[in-house]
Amino acid sequence: MSVTTFGRAITAGLRRALDEDPKVVLMGEDIGQLGGVFRITDGLQKDFGSHRVLDSPLAEAGIMGTAVGLAYRGYRPVVEIQFDGFIYPAFDQIVCQVAKLHYRTQGAVRMPITVRVPFGGGIGSPEHHSESPEAYFTHTSGLRVVSPSTPQDAYTMIRQAIACDDPVLYFEPKRRYHVKGEVDESVGTGTPDLGAARVVTEGTDVTLVTYGPLVTTARDAALAASDDGISIEVIDLRSLAPIDYGTVEASVRKTGRLVITHEAAQSGGLGAELAAGITERCFEHLEHAPVRVTGFDIPYPCSKLESHHLPDLDRILDGVDRALRRPNSLTGATPGGAR
Amino acid sequence: MSSDGAVSGSRTTAGATVFPGPAHPDADVPVHLVDPDGVRHPHASYDPLVADVDGAALQRLYEDLVVVRRIDAEATALQRQGELALWPPLLGQEAAQIGSGRALRPDDFVFSSYRENAVAYCRGVGLADLLRVWRGSASSGWDPYTVNMATPQIIIGAQALHATGYAMGITADGADSVAVAYFGDGATTQGDVNEAMVFAASYQAPVVFFCQNNHWAISEPVGLQARVPIARRAPGFGIPSVRVDGNDVLACLAVTREALARARSGGGPTYIEAVTYRMGPHTTADDPTRYREAHELEHWAARDPLARLAAHLDSLGLLPAEYADAVRSRADAVAAELREACISMPEPAPSALFEHVYSEPNSWLERQQDHYERYLALFGATSAEGPR
Ligand SMILES: Cc1ncc(C[n+]2csc(CCOP(=O)(O)OP(=O)(O)O)c2C)c(N)n1
Ligand SMILES: [Mg+2]
Repeated sequence: MSVTTFGRAITAGLRRALDEDPKVVLMGEDIGQLGGVFRITDGLQKDFGSHRVLDSPLAEAGIMGTAVGLAYRGYRPVVEIQFDGFIYPAFDQIVCQVAKLHYRTQGAVRMPITVRVPFGGGIGSPEHHSESPEAYFTHTSGLRVVSPSTPQDAYTMIRQAIACDDPVLYFEPKRRYHVKGEVDESVGTGTPDLGAARVVTEGTDVTLVTYGPLVTTARDAALAASDDGISIEVIDLRSLAPIDYGTVEASVRKTGRLVITHEAAQSGGLGAELAAGITERCFEHLEHAPVRVTGFDIPYPCSKLESHHLPDLDRILDGVDRALRRPNSLTGATPGGAR
Repeated sequence: MSSDGAVSGSRTTAGATVFPGPAHPDADVPVHLVDPDGVRHPHASYDPLVADVDGAALQRLYEDLVVVRRIDAEATALQRQGELALWPPLLGQEAAQIGSGRALRPDDFVFSSYRENAVAYCRGVGLADLLRVWRGSASSGWDPYTVNMATPQIIIGAQALHATGYAMGITADGADSVAVAYFGDGATTQGDVNEAMVFAASYQAPVVFFCQNNHWAISEPVGLQARVPIARRAPGFGIPSVRVDGNDVLACLAVTREALARARSGGGPTYIEAVTYRMGPHTTADDPTRYREAHELEHWAARDPLARLAAHLDSLGLLPAEYADAVRSRADAVAAELREACISMPEPAPSALFEHVYSEPNSWLERQQDHYERYLALFGATSAEGPR
């Protein structure tokens, strides 16, 4: 057990995977000598060689397409996409090949490819460096999509993703790379399951579901709400496809209220999926319609405006107030003003 | 990787050369008119293209180089002082950008990457407009139609296709202007750039592909993208190409004029590889000491584009001390103006979040904006100002 950063935990997981399985190869722009622009692969090329940790020529379609070929040949490619907004040239390979080859070949060909994607905003970057494209991929059958929120999960889940015989998109909340936490490297890849959600804080009044960068924010919101006597149960989805509905449903049956928050735009996002899925499963237990607190339906804005776009503690609590029918932004100002 | 940063071009397997040699991205000698010591060499094909460049014109090119380098240094300093979120320095690439940029006509249209701030300067982009995106104040710095230059492209290589399509439009309109795509050595790997060449050749579009091979794509040496000089690729697409010394402003002017003339007269696309060097970091967020060696920088410092033109002017007696001082003062004044424009840039209002998403306002976005207004009202704020 040691204390390390979120980013270093991923590095440790990658190192372990490279150590344990000679078929694991890392591919991506600037991941070798430089160690990646976020230094997640720092030192790995030096230790494992440039045949295991490849600096790729600058083309995401090329990287993903050659990863498919390597997987055909029995390798386990781990691809780094430098920033969320640069995944789209690879979109065709991911959607038409990576996601479908197992199905197309009736199980003959496996695509155990892991695609690491630093995602999300809040780091003051220019366009294309702060996006949350996860819903494009959760909408694509055949892909698994995950997003860790703690250093321990970062470590365990990257190992699980690499070991998984399905293709996995592994979304890294880049603004949390420097967050520190305990990591037990002796934890196996068996539990919790890569697809399992986690109850972060237990509560009885409202279920607050999120993933990735906003888990910390949601936990802070729960803490702040407890001062007002509101008990929030925070759930970290961890897996966005498939969704662990069992955990979310059990919570909503208890609280009767569901708030979902993510940085991605609202329309067609994970919040919509969860709201529909939970409504179908336990409509009779809901005391209020599911509430979404999300990024707006706009292109990611310039960095001076991103704090408005991104759900923060206050906006999440406003969503909680709506679910609880307390005074909120839609009903008008609270007597005591904002928190 | 060899120490000059290039991947060896003829790696062998069991004694057999995998790729036919000579295979090195720097194998071909670039066109140059002025050597690193400032000595002008005659060139049968290119001299006529710059016959009009007299002493005064050379001095104007020199002033451009000094000013854009000064702008670049000031912007880098502004980033270090927290006034800009990020800046992509062009240090070392001034001649490639000024030589090509000054060859253009106002009605030509430029599609560039993020590093072409000197080209933008040539197009007449305002100082504040150069900085808006990097300060995080806006999604773009200027209206492309006011200066005939698209706002800089961050998605590597995408703009090569845009330039080609724009050029197809020029042809369809029967005009004689030209579209110019600027991109880097790294970009040459992207499908978009290669597809652009196919389209441009097929339609004989009036487009110039101007590749600045600055030897690096962040930490990746050009040898990872190309085993042979990049300029050699274009003929395979049916596009004539030229490899030019990108640190020789006169040579860059000459080859760009040649390419533009070909395009204007219906001769179709041209591909220019300007061989230069990124003297600074990839951006202010980058640390090049992690991946390249100091001696490489020394090698290129001796080929500095500005020092070269200064030496040439000096040899012609065109760089007296008072003139050099005056140019420096002018550059300092531009830098001061840039700094002031940066610091006094208005903060964007939150209401801007919802503007221009679609050509017309629409109800579902208005609903989100309205809701956000009500939310801000909880804090006693409006989206014209914002709570924080
Ligand atoms: C599609 C895409 N992938 C990756 C990146 C990240 N990136 C930004 S600049 C760069 C290197 C570009 O190198 P080059 O084309 O040589 O241009 P230079 O920066 O040297 O001017 C990379 C990989 C990007 N902006 N877009
Ligand atoms: Mg480059």
